[in-house]
Amino acid sequence: MTDLRKVNIDGAELEVPGDYTLMQACEQAGAEIPRFCYHERLSVAGNCRMCLVEWVGAPKPQASCALQVKDLRPNRDGSPANILTSSETVKKAREGVMEFLLINHPLDCPICDQGGECDLQDQAMGYGRVGSRFDMNKRAVDDKYMGPLVATVMTRCIQCTRCVRFITEVAGVSEIGLASRGEDAEITTYLEKSLTSEMSGNIIDLCPVGALTSKPYAFNARPWELEPTESIDVMDAVGSNIRIDSRGGRVLRIVPVINDDINEEWISDKARFVWDGLGRQRLDRPYVRKDGQLTPASWDEALAVVADKLGGDPESIAAIAGDLACTESMKALNDLMDGLGVKNIDCRQDGAPLGEGPRQEYLMNTTIAGIEQADALLIVGSNVRHEAALVNARIRKTWIHSDLEIGMVGVPYDLTYVYDHLGETADALETLLKSTKGFARKLKSAKNPMILIGQGALTRKDGAQILRLCGKIADKFGMVREGWNGWNVLHTAAARVAGLDMGFVPCKGGRGLAGILAGAKDGSVKTIYNLGADEINEDLFGDAFVIYQGSHGDAGAHRADVILPGCAYTEKDALWVNTEGRVQMGFAAVPPKGDAKTDWKIIRALSELCGRTLPYDDIDALRKKLFTDHPTFSGLNHAPGAEGAADFAPAKLGAAGKPLKAPLKSAIGDFYFTNPVARASQVMAQCSTECAPIMEAAE
Amino acid sequence: MSARRLAKEQPDSFALSAASKKEIGIWIKKYPKGRQASALIPGLWIVQKQAGGWLPAPALEAVAAHLDMPYMRVYEVATFYTMFNLAPVGEHHVQLCGTTPCWLRGAGDLKKVCEKKIGPKGSVSADGKFSWIEVECLGACANAPMIQISNAAGDDYYEDLDVDNFETLLDDLAAGRKVKPGPQNTRHTSEPITGAVTLNTKGFYNKVKQKKLPNSGKAKVGAK
Repeated sequence: MTDLRKVNIDGAELEVPGDYTLMQACEQAGAEIPRFCYHERLSVAGNCRMCLVEWVGAPKPQASCALQVKDLRPNRDGSPANILTSSETVKKAREGVMEFLLINHPLDCPICDQGGECDLQDQAMGYGRVGSRFDMNKRAVDDKYMGPLVATVMTRCIQCTRCVRFITEVAGVSEIGLASRGEDAEITTYLEKSLTSEMSGNIIDLCPVGALTSKPYAFNARPWELEPTESIDVMDAVGSNIRIDSRGGRVLRIVPVINDDINEEWISDKARFVWDGLGRQRLDRPYVRKDGQLTPASWDEALAVVADKLGGDPESIAAIAGDLACTESMKALNDLMDGLGVKNIDCRQDGAPLGEGPRQEYLMNTTIAGIEQADALLIVGSNVRHEAALVNARIRKTWIHSDLEIGMVGVPYDLTYVYDHLGETADALETLLKSTKGFARKLKSAKNPMILIGQGALTRKDGAQILRLCGKIADKFGMVREGWNGWNVLHTAAARVAGLDMGFVPCKGGRGLAGILAGAKDGSVKTIYNLGADEINEDLFGDAFVIYQGSHGDAGAHRADVILPGCAYTEKDALWVNTEGRVQMGFAAVPPKGDAKTDWKIIRALSELCGRTLPYDDIDALRKKLFTDHPTFSGLNHAPGAEGAADFAPAKLGAAGKPLKAPLKSAIGDFYFTNPVARASQVMAQCSTECAPIMEAAE
Repeated sequence: MSARRLAKEQPDSFALSAASKKEIGIWIKKYPKGRQASALIPGLWIVQKQAGGWLPAPALEAVAAHLDMPYMRVYEVATFYTMFNLAPVGEHHVQLCGTTPCWLRGAGDLKKVCEKKIGPKGSVSADGKFSWIEVECLGACANAPMIQISNAAGDDYYEDLDVDNFETLLDDLAAGRKVKPGPQNTRHTSEPITGAVTLNTKGFYNKVKQKKLPNSGKAKVGAK
């Protein structure tokens, strides 16, 4: 039961939980409390003093962020304490605090990137004095180097320490601190080394002034010129909610949107800074290979070539969908291949043995927010920090705030929390199955145990065997039961779950990825439709005729015989299904580049030339068909979680057999280079050369 | 005062000596298990002594590694406290009190002596024997003006200084002669220069009937 306390705020009595801070209580009463250092997702520092309120009877104004309601003494007559948020005292106190903050703050708003979205600017207008009484020299602070992402103008810093707390508590790398003291206090990284966090960009949003700003976005635009579009990030399979800010058809920056179920208030650096890759290496017109040379062609020409090739024997045609393919394009391609009678289709360019079992098999069923309920976690073959930075942040959050026990099988990565390392190879899984001591005991006694299986464990030759082993573990330790599903597969590709959901896997008698590539080698597969799969070694396509549809001139386009230019994720309205199985809708922020077209429309146009016209003319009709064929897509923003957990038997997944001796490694090598957009980005390249070596050295 | 930074020139490496580790170990034991980081300030102080009066970056890192904490947290503490020297100091590091009582009693003259004998404030003398800085009140105002000298022997106070005895003191230290901490004139501690005038009745304490205190245990009251 919550301990409710009465408090009188601005003359109105209110009942709030005792562990509310005064600031929360005041906000509940509808009063606005200015603040700089307080942030609801970070620890309380109480050092900016901007949130002062008056507690009638107390000798001094009180910092409302650091005082809890239960610590308030009632008045002498027993009536609840009186709090005033807009009295003369409060006004004077705020003006005083504001004046002190501004004493050493430069008046360089016209050249400051924070201008227009600056807390200090806004609050100085709202709560400050009219002029300054300070006529002495202001202090100046040397700028600090923090790496290729964060630009610093440290003279503007007001020492709120939000960045220090974020990097220490949420990102878990303790690289920023407040050095020196008093007038000389300054925020810095240790010896001005580059930040090595994969979430460092968030300190730019957290900084309430213009001290930490985005380096790649520097002096590009003012916030009021930007056109915001709320959408979904596709750099990993987390499905972080983002806002894409664009101007004149160009994406200028990406910032997070709060979604407590997924990314809370943060996004990874890759999601935030990949936008410069959207303007480089773009495919902006169709190409057809003539005499071994890719030459520009018209749409009609290119589509005619493709339609001709697709008219061949269905047995010799195959389709592969890549990591960034949107749901609509995969649906259209799936329907087209169905119409042509092609059975060789696969959306698993990494070859994971998923998609044959029930839907729970390949989802993160616990859900990201559900991690907070878990009390034991087994990670199998995953560098969660780089595969899904925000899932890792959630695990770290849970680890800090509860007694979460974490075990790890695979190469030990630095995940920012402490775990029991059970072994590098799959043998450790077998040992765990038989063991009753150590981590097995912890799993056994846990109320809500969960297993998190990385793609690194599944995309090997013995993936099916490892899947079976994990399933047995989930079964033995009671990870799946009515109301709790601790079976989690962590995907790295934004497109994967949607592909599996719609059955973009080989039809009965069809070839999977390995079969397609083997067929390409021996000549039995003659035409491959490659929908943005760039992570397959180009030599593997053999002599097959490759049709590449995608947005960037990466590995896939390099090997293609026909290139059909499509859209990047910022240029199309699309559904995305994240690793939890949550369907989310992304929106186009900017138009396609050059002659490029929306992906599903390309396939729709192609279907007409093939004589298999798809039965939809607009995106609504396509989605309607999608929802009818696969009802899971219609539950927007809904993650199934533990639905149907009682009927799910993980022990039967995969295949029996002895796994190999090789250590379980993460599926991704370089965090900054996992997809064509990131590989085209210069900022990511810079991060890769500067931050990745340090990250590796730490591991 | 300006922002405190690490010295430009740093040694390549630094290793905690066995003696330092042992001494830090005493401090770590004073805190509950897992709270070894609480021993940071004594740890830095011990390492500063080992490193010759200042804290090079590798020494900060060695302490951080020994106490299992991030470098940044050690750096914050080392830059916060001005008694941690971040740049090399002389063999004898003179900390001259310049606060009002000492200043009224002639600290200004002592500064001139330092400037003459050692060099400008904050510098190390050419022979590496001395360095000096001005500090705020060291709490020995009754014996103003005074200085603190940090060296391998410890951190002793030298009080009741004037130009002459201060110069002698520095010369003695430079020559490696033994010096006596405390007042440098004829005073005994902070008694009047003419000798104690109160509380000098012989056997005064013997006459007072002393009560046994609740925490004095079985020890004999008043026993030496």
